Amino acid sequence: MMTNSRIRLVMLVAAVAFAGAFTYACQTSSGPAAGTGDAASDVYVAPGEFDEFYAFMSGGFSGNVTVHGLPSGRLIKTIAVFSQYPENGWGYSEETKDMLRTSFGLIPWDDSHHPQLSQTDGIPDGRWLFINGNNTPRVARIDLSKFETDEIIEIPNSGGNHASPFITPNSEYVIASTRFSVPIPQADVPISSFKENFSGTLTFIRADQPGEMDIAFQIHVPGFDYDIAHSGRQVSDGWAFFTTYNTEQEHTLLEVNASQADKDFVAAVNWRRAETCAAEEAGRIVPGRYVHNVMGEDRIGRSELKDSVRMIEPADCSDMIYFLPTPKSPHGVDVDPTGEYIVAGGKLATTIPVHSFSKMIDAIANEQFETVIDGIPVLEYEAVLAGEVQEPGLGPLHTEFDANGNAYTSMFISSEVVKWRLGTWEVLDRQEAYYSTGHLMIPGGDSSQPFGKYVVALNKITKDRYLPTGPELAHSAQLIDISGDNMRLLLDFPTMGEPHYAQGLPAELVTANQVQMFDLTENTNPYATLQESDARIERDGSTVHVYMTTIRSHFAPDNIEGVMVGDTVLFHVTNLEQDWDVPHGFAVIGARNSELLVMPGETRTLRWVPQRVGVFPFYCTDFCSALHQEMQGYIRVSARGSNPAIAYGTGG
Amino acid sequence: MQTKAKHHPVRFVTLVFLAVSTAACGGGESPPDAGASDTPETPAASANSGLTAEELEFGIGPIRDLVLGDLDPALADAGAEIFAIKCSACHKMGERYVGPDLSAVTDQRAPEYVMNMILNPEEMVERHPVAKALFTEFNYTPMANQQLTEEDARAVLEYLRRTSAEDPGAQN
Repeated sequence: MMTNSRIRLVMLVAAVAFAGAFTYACQTSSGPAAGTGDAASDVYVAPGEFDEFYAFMSGGFSGNVTVHGLPSGRLIKTIAVFSQYPENGWGYSEETKDMLRTSFGLIPWDDSHHPQLSQTDGIPDGRWLFINGNNTPRVARIDLSKFETDEIIEIPNSGGNHASPFITPNSEYVIASTRFSVPIPQADVPISSFKENFSGTLTFIRADQPGEMDIAFQIHVPGFDYDIAHSGRQVSDGWAFFTTYNTEQEHTLLEVNASQADKDFVAAVNWRRAETCAAEEAGRIVPGRYVHNVMGEDRIGRSELKDSVRMIEPADCSDMIYFLPTPKSPHGVDVDPTGEYIVAGGKLATTIPVHSFSKMIDAIANEQFETVIDGIPVLEYEAVLAGEVQEPGLGPLHTEFDANGNAYTSMFISSEVVKWRLGTWEVLDRQEAYYSTGHLMIPGGDSSQPFGKYVVALNKITKDRYLPTGPELAHSAQLIDISGDNMRLLLDFPTMGEPHYAQGLPAELVTANQVQMFDLTENTNPYATLQESDARIERDGSTVHVYMTTIRSHFAPDNIEGVMVGDTVLFHVTNLEQDWDVPHGFAVIGARNSELLVMPGETRTLRWVPQRVGVFPFYCTDFCSALHQEMQGYIRVSARGSNPAIAYGTGG
Repeated sequence: MQTKAKHHPVRFVTLVFLAVSTAACGGGESPPDAGASDTPETPAASANSGLTAEELEFGIGPIRDLVLGDLDPALADAGAEIFAIKCSACHKMGERYVGPDLSAVTDQRAPEYVMNMILNPEEMVERHPVAKALFTEFNYTPMANQQLTEEDARAVLEYLRRTSAEDPGAQN
């Protein structure tokens, strides 16, 4: 039913948009799809100038992160995270493939939903970006001085890592939860035994020490679906909030069966209390296999397998967790900049409920409990409610905030962004979105210091917004000016994969710390070749190590002989350049992985198993100078068992 | 990519200026600051007439009025190590390779010129007639900026002084 009404609505909106676009083309002053006449200059960033904000978009089912500039919407980078990325060899090269290792082995893909910037005192600080792997539960940390993934940790005892990785105000933890409840520990049980055998976990991952992320503890919770989270801040610092749905505990046809209850819950967790309980060894150590991957200072990724985790039951730690009744199948949960208001988007609800943190604390003190579920007190709805936004639209999902006491909520079904006032709960303005807004993002809009100016609507449907591209269309984001009383649609721009959440911040918080190259003299890769005169070939049984260097514009060595069919050839390519923006690439015929893209001062290794006798070229893939096309070489492959003499060189 | 992005800043700015001017012609607005603040001077004009006699002799860069003493063997050794890592992929002593033979370079160029060429190669190749001619002669392979500090470059100069003393007859 929801799908049908959505399609009808989309058709209606499309018709309006078409009419609007037609009108606009005739040079009239306005049209609902086109913003106002000066929108173009508001988003124009002249050649050679920079955007004001970075926007980090989840890559959705691409498994990666895309980086855009705002207000232009220009795509300026794809950061490889959970998915192998042949453009630079991520997950293929010998130095990076362990970064994708999990307790299931190397997993070359994931579904990434929610980027989160690191924070200091509740404000984005530009150090790191975290993002979840939804499918095989993982959280990654991206270093924003390099725009590279430096760390990935797997989450045990989780059936899908959706409500993740939401950061606490000083980046103490990123929090996560299992979207799907599962048997914990896993067991061979009938699916129909859901209510007795299935449960969930909320996970707290230590996050403030780079390279040392770890599962601090997990909280064992009832068998619901746990959807989205956000941490408290300011007055509510020390708490974290998670939405639940399927409190009906159904295991089939959830779109019907899990939509029955009038209210589900927001789970409120006092994580400082949980931290204290964990320090006092509350709960127990349970099995849980997970892998932690870290990119070392030598720029080699290494994996460590761990096998257990601390699990805390609500009964082990009093005053740790409460349920706040919340209508109806809530999706997003968002905390305003002061930390007082907790806004839940009940996607089937007719209002937007806003909980009060201070009322929640009073209700806990007064024990205003409706009931207790598995040791978790359920607070009375009226006792914690600050107010409800009436008739906000259909399908409220997510809310972000500006610095002036306003909230902006995405409406999925009625496809709009609704601006309303904290405290009065009055709807102030509406902006249609094309189409079906999911998340939205204001730079800093989920922190203590919204930077404001724009809201980006991350839409789920694109049709008729761009030139058609067959059955699959680009996904869509829309930039809306929020600097005035009324919102103004400025720009459509396409995004990669399906964008879920995004984060944004003023560019200078990131540009100040940029790494432009790696210092060659500090390259500690054991296979590095730090000067051209050390370039060489070494045979070790059937493995042949090629110690190769690059500089504009030649390889050393560029003529290689002495390799046989069936050998494993490891090209250890060191880029001797020491200037910004001079990577070299390396590719060889028949490589069954990808190319390498080697940054200045860095060493990367490509594994190549020659299959045929002959002489095969290799070349630089990244245009490096006027003589880039001359940056090539040959490797001769002899018959298996022919034991050819090793010979190599460059020039002469 | 290096060449396009960084070696022709003046030319790039000029193009932007022209593009903006053209784009703005219908509206009659003045172009934004991006183009207006820089002098739209051509690189050829800079190279042919824009250098002072001092720049022609000492090169363009941070080094001026270098006072050299007797050869410092320890400093030359340090320079040899730096040279091996950062320079030898393109320069080999006693032979023309990707770049010129440097074995007698301090007989051919002022020491300041040598250090400025190491420290500021982009501008040298862009503006200095000698560096520019070599850039052309060596097939437009850019002299890479290898991020040597002034201290590093001074050490490499000492190494090059030693090689020049050992091999006064070497040619480019």
